Amino acid sequence: MVQYERARLDASFAALSDPTRRGVLEQLGRADASITDLAGKFHMTLTGMKKHVGALEQAGLVTTEKVGRVRTCKLGRRRLDDETAWIERYRRLWDARFDELDEVVDELNRKEKIDGRKKRE
Amino acid sequence: MDARRESEPAPMKNRTTVERKSEREVVVTRTFNGPARVVFEAWTNPDLLKRWWVPKSMGVSLLSCEMDVRVGGSYRLVFSHAGSTMDFFGRYLEVTPHSRLVWTNDEGGDGGAVTTVTFEEKGGETELVVHDLYPSKEALDGAIASGSTDAMPETFEQLDELLVALGASGGRS
Repeated sequence: MVQYERARLDASFAALSDPTRRGVLEQLGRADASITDLAGKFHMTLTGMKKHVGALEQAGLVTTEKVGRVRTCKLGRRRLDDETAWIERYRRLWDARFDELDEVVDELNRKEKIDGRKKRE
Repeated sequence: MDARRESEPAPMKNRTTVERKSEREVVVTRTFNGPARVVFEAWTNPDLLKRWWVPKSMGVSLLSCEMDVRVGGSYRLVFSHAGSTMDFFGRYLEVTPHSRLVWTNDEGGDGGAVTTVTFEEKGGETELVVHDLYPSKEALDGAIASGSTDAMPETFEQLDELLVALGASGGRS
């Protein structure tokens, strides 16, 4: 379980540790782009850009699709962000529920105490 | 809200944790200040469940709550929000008094999770674990991607705002 989280985090952090790759993500956040576009924007060789995109792809942050001779890159499902946000929302939902459940439990506890006292009397 | 606790020292608020345990599982944990029979009662008595399942601040109301809490028995919760209603339903697969409840979540068709709730009493407190097991990684990923959270469908647009507000005001995140 922890390992599962860790492996995913490792891949994402490794992918995000490089400033060019962060720049590529920012760029793709604005619009999809081909590897050639990206290489031009970041003044790199096609081979160099392919490596960066490969790292981002492996971490699930970017997806690519080849149509004809052009490979187009777009942002991946950004699973990490989505999932973290969902887990936090889910946690808040249960936390709010459980605050109310605390009150029900308190009330039942008090009732049990009173009933217990009555039985003893 | 604390007024009725004035005669007792306010107990510390217990922490709620949520973790994606694997590709198919999500687990929620929380401790309650009461014995397992009391907490179990609050999960299996519809009149009591109604009081806490939908937090007051949510702007969603629970129109009805029918629960036939026995193996093979079914349940149905009907929520209402802004003029529309939505049903959540399923069947109980296991009912072990004061320790374990298992039910299906059938409103979403085949992609629904199986929920297991365990109640473990320790020194007068109850450790509660809510475990959702999805049929596949894709089903859980789908639930996450669609933003739905259990009984609170994404159509309840107010939810996000309210939950953010709850988190901010509670200072507990």
